[in-house]
Order: sequence, then C-alpha cells, then structure tokens
Amino acid sequence: MMAVKKPPITTREYWAPGHAACAGCGPAIVMKLATKAFSEAMEEKYGDPNAFAIVHATGCMEVVSAVFPYTAWKAPWIHVAFENAAAAASGVEAAWKKLGRKGKILAIGGDGGTADIGLQALSGMLERRHNVVYLMYDNEAYMNTGIQRSSSTPYGAWTTTSPPGKYSIGEDKPKKWVALIAAAHQVPYVATASIGDPYDFYRKMKKAASVDGPAFVQVLAPCVPGWRIPSEKTVEIAKLAIETGLWPLFEIENGDFHNIKFQRFPKDGKFKKPIEDYLRLQGRFKHLFKKPEAIQELKNQIKELWRILGKEVELP
Amino acid sequence: MPMRKVMKGNEAAAWAAKLAKPKVIAAFPITPSTLVPEKISEFVADGELDAEFIKVESEHSAISACVGASAAGVRAFTATASQGLALMHEILFIAAGMRLPIVMAIGNRSLSAPINIWNDWQDTISERDTGWMQFYAENNQEALDLILIAFKVAEDERVLLPAMVGFDAFILTHTVEPVEIPDQEVVDEFLGEYVPKHAYLDPARPITQGSLGFPAHYMEARYKVWEAMENAREVIKEVFDEFEKKFGRRYHMIEEYKTEDAEIILLTMGSLAGTLKDFVDKKREEGVKIGAAKMTVYRPFPIEEIKALAKKAKVLAILEKNVSFGIGGAVFADASRALVNEKEKPILLDFILGLGGRDVTFEQLEEVVEISKKALEGEKVEEINWIGLRKEIL
Repeated sequence: MMAVKKPPITTREYWAPGHAACAGCGPAIVMKLATKAFSEAMEEKYGDPNAFAIVHATGCMEVVSAVFPYTAWKAPWIHVAFENAAAAASGVEAAWKKLGRKGKILAIGGDGGTADIGLQALSGMLERRHNVVYLMYDNEAYMNTGIQRSSSTPYGAWTTTSPPGKYSIGEDKPKKWVALIAAAHQVPYVATASIGDPYDFYRKMKKAASVDGPAFVQVLAPCVPGWRIPSEKTVEIAKLAIETGLWPLFEIENGDFHNIKFQRFPKDGKFKKPIEDYLRLQGRFKHLFKKPEAIQELKNQIKELWRILGKEVELP
Repeated sequence: MPMRKVMKGNEAAAWAAKLAKPKVIAAFPITPSTLVPEKISEFVADGELDAEFIKVESEHSAISACVGASAAGVRAFTATASQGLALMHEILFIAAGMRLPIVMAIGNRSLSAPINIWNDWQDTISERDTGWMQFYAENNQEALDLILIAFKVAEDERVLLPAMVGFDAFILTHTVEPVEIPDQEVVDEFLGEYVPKHAYLDPARPITQGSLGFPAHYMEARYKVWEAMENAREVIKEVFDEFEKKFGRRYHMIEEYKTEDAEIILLTMGSLAGTLKDFVDKKREEGVKIGAAKMTVYRPFPIEEIKALAKKAKVLAILEKNVSFGIGGAVFADASRALVNEKEKPILLDFILGLGGRDVTFEQLEEVVEISKKALEGEKVEEINWIGLRKEIL
C-alpha cells in the first residue's frame, strides 16, 4: 500500500470557483491561501478547521466574491463598509466571546482600506487586543475604483492620480509600510509576505491565526490591470519583488524591532537581481526607464527601509 | 418589586441597557452622552452586566462594532449624540439595510458649526432617512422604558430594524428625576433572548452578509426596509400594549393633552412636551382653547395619528428643535405629508425654537400662540417662524 503524504497545503477550499476576479489576480490567490492556512491553524488549535469568520472591507475581493445572490465564500463572511473591517471584526470577536464560540476572526482589506481610510479602525482593533488577524492584501493602489494612488503606492509608480508628466515622475512619495505601524502596537505577531513565496505566506498566515490576540499580515499581491502586467506574470513578479530586495520578508513579534526575523534574506546582504528586473515587467514603471535618477531614488528608499529594519544591503 | 431611584437621563439609559442584557456594547465618549458608557462600564466592572464592552476609538467604530456583533447574532447597544451620530451616518444605513436590530441611546444635541454641546434634535432628525426607528423621550422614565420598547420592536421578525431613542441633552441627560427600574425577571419575560434567524456568523452554517446588490436586486432590498418600517407601526402599538400590561405605563405614537375642544394644538417631541402641558394649563385658565400633543415615535412617522390629531384642531402649531435648511422644520414637512390629501385640514404652522440649548420660555410660547391666533382669525402669517431669536445681534 502506498503511503499517502499529507499535502503541504490543505485541500479544503473556502474560496470557491466562480468569483469574478480577473485572470491572474494576485489578491484572489491571497484569498485562497489565507483561508486554507486559517483552516489548518484552527484545526490544530481547536480541532475544528472551520472555526473562523471573515470580515471584509469594501474592495476588489469583496466585490468579486459576493454579488447577490451568489457567494464565493464557504465560511461565515460579512462585509460592512470600506474603512471599518477592523472595527466590525472587533464586534464579531466580542460576540463570539460571549457566545462561547472558539475560533478566530479574519479581517481582510486592501491597501486603500488599510493604509488609508481604515488605519484608525485598524489601530483601535490592534490596541484593544482583539483576537483578530488583519490581512492586508497590498496591490499598491485603489484598484477597485480604477487604479488611484494610495499611501501604499510605491515611489515612481504610475496610477491614474499619480500620472507621470512633464512635472511628474509618477508617485512622488515613498511607500508607507503599514506592517511597521502595526508592529509599533506591540501586538503578538506582524509579518510581511508575498504570493511570490506561497509557502512562506502560508506559514505566516498559520502563525498569525495561531497566536492568541491580534496579528497583522501584509502580503504583496500584484494586480494585473493596475500594474499593467500580463496575467501569467503575477507570481513571477511577486517573486522578483523578494529577490530584488524591494519587498522585505520579515516577522516582528510583540513589537520587538531589535529581533526582527527575516526570510529569504541573502547572507551577505547583497541582492543578486537588480530591481530593474522587477520594474521592467510592469507597465506602471515603464516611464522610469527614461529617468534613471528616479530608479536610483527608489533604490535609496529601499536601502533606507532595510537600514531601519537593521540591515545594510547592496542593491545591484 | 420595581425599585425607584433618583437618576439622570443618562443613568436611566444605562439601566435600560443593563436590563436588556446586550452581549456587546461599543461606545465612545461624547457630551452629553458620556455618562451612559461610563455607567455601563461600572455595571460590567462590578459583574452586574455580563457583556463585552468595547472601548472603541471613534463613533464610526462604535456602530461598526455593533454591526459586527449584531451580524454575529447577539444583542448590541451603543450610545452617542451630535457629531458622534453624524460620524456614524454611513454605517446607520448599513445597519438598517442589513436588518440588524441594534439599539442606540442619543442625548439629543445640536450639530456644529458653531460647536455647541446643548440640546436640540438636529442630530437624530438628520438621520431620519437611514432606516432607523426613532423614539423621543419626555423624561428619564421614558428614556428607560423606550429603550426596552425599542429592543422589543427592533427584534420583532416583522421589523428587524435598528432603533434610536432620543432624550434631550442636559434637560434630561444631566437632570435627576425619580425613575422606576423594572424587575429584571419581568424585563427578561418582556424581551426574551435574542436568537436571530437571519443574521449570524456561525461556522456550522456559513452565510454571506453584506453582499453587493446589483440594479436587479438593490431596489427590492430597499423596499424590504420600507415594508419593515411600515410593519413597525402595528408592532410598536402591540409592544406599547404589552409594555403597559407588564409595567403599567402607557405609551402612544402621539400622546394628546387637553385636545378635545382645542382650536390650537401645539405638537412637539421630547422634554418640551412637559413644558407645553404646563403652558396649556396656564392658557386654559385664561380661557384659551388650546391643547398639546407629544410625538413619541418619529420614525415610522405616525401618519394616521397626525390625521386624527389634525381633525381636532383649527391650527396645528409644530414646535421643533431642528431645521432643514431651505424648507423648514422636519416635523412640519412630515406632518404636511400626512395631511396633504386630507379634504379638511387645519392651518399648519412651524415654529423653530430652542436650537443649541436656547431655553424655551413661556414668553416664546406666548408668541407661538399669538401667531397661531392671528392665523385662526384669518390673518396672513409666516408658515415658518423662528421663535426666540435675538434680533439685536443678527
């Protein structure tokens, strides 16, 4: 008899086919993996793989998954508004506590719903130590409304509200890193991830779901129309973000910035692939290749981010 | 045995919340309502109320947490006023649209600018289209009773809409009055446990709440809210009856005072009703045929009761602490809707007064009566009248 190996990722599905996301959608991969990871964590912790509920901010993944009378969700799921997923999740968690229900609440928002309009509610939820995992799928702009810049849009990127022009290089502010803001709340667990490393993301979601108290995961999830990329390149680009040093993978526990754990970090601090490899595949950065000083500025910002994280790096 | 205690309106609201046993309360401090969450947190701290009290970072999150809790299937309560209620505005529509029977206590207060912490009804009146039922209390006892009534009506399966109970800032929120606190067992019997069939977040039976409604479905969802609000008319009356049987106090959609032979009827809401009763007594002694009426339920608007009231009067004077710029007082506009197709109707006059905590005095009420008398005698008067304005500083 053949021994059947347990698959590295559970075969249980909570994100059903038939949702209306674009072909090659990065956030759709996030939904699938995140719920699977949650399920495994709940099974290990409570013996019930279904012991979770999802509270979703308004945004692409909400819109494509819950068009009445259909749903893509095989888990209890609620959407309330754009800016309040963390607050609504606080209420769900409190209710579950009083109902004596075991499990954890998964709040999901995009970068607009998290870094901008939902930041206050997020801070409140983290500070109050609700037993909620907040998952920020970061596609680096307001994609649902048609690609407007958010505070999580990276330097140099084209969006419809940060167009390059005679007096503009595109987005002119550095990316705001919500994971660092979340970590400053000294919550049990904060991590960054990318769908370019699904196993790393899966492990981190499991960890986030397993800890007692709030956790925050910021996952890079490329957007096909928003980033001007071919639909088959989503994962490749998300992988390049890690390999070029542009997207640090890290974990911060209890706000301990002195003991950040890094993943996929080169031992010598030298990233092998240039960020140009990442930028070149994306239409949103096309104009930068006419402005090498802007690419240099982006590299400087990334190096500075690594320095703040405690790492000196070299970017080719 | 029911216990009598002297307490502020805010304490009465907190007591009502305690008696209703919500499982989740989320609130944020705001004058004049702050004492409600303070008192509730004491109840929770002392183990007298077994609830999760979420100390949120804004009113927006207060109502959002209540939506989350209610959608998860438990009774939820909050309290706010003024700017806090305005900040909740967006989510109020959602709570109603998702059919979540949340109850909220409001210390009725003005809206900025200028910033002003005192009483009028602009906060709740401005939320009249959100799909929340609205009750207005004349005194602290009513504040307590109406919160219990609001839960009962809101959770009725024919309704399933949220409700707000307003009581005037400072005049009631900070003024002590004797209040009868009903027995817990009787309240338990009256309200029962909240076990929703439509809203829960249970892994054993996963459902999706808060879907996107395309043009093919949106309008029907809104119509169902309309229908629920219409159903609430009868349910409220049933609950008023049941409340009287259980607790001995009688409530009406519109409560009348000396209206039988009145030529002029003064209609108002909230604590001003108490002032009007005294004023009517005084005018009656002077031989003026005048009566008063108090609207306890503003949403659903008591259309039939307004029609019945209007039949008794030659002048229906509406005294209200709010203004809808460009038209007049909201109650005046609503009462006009109730009477528009009546063959015979009284002269309707609007009196906007008491904004931002301006005291409503007998002198002002005399002015109301003078204008109403002129109208009665066929003289042309303004339909919208601002009463008690300090003309010297305009």
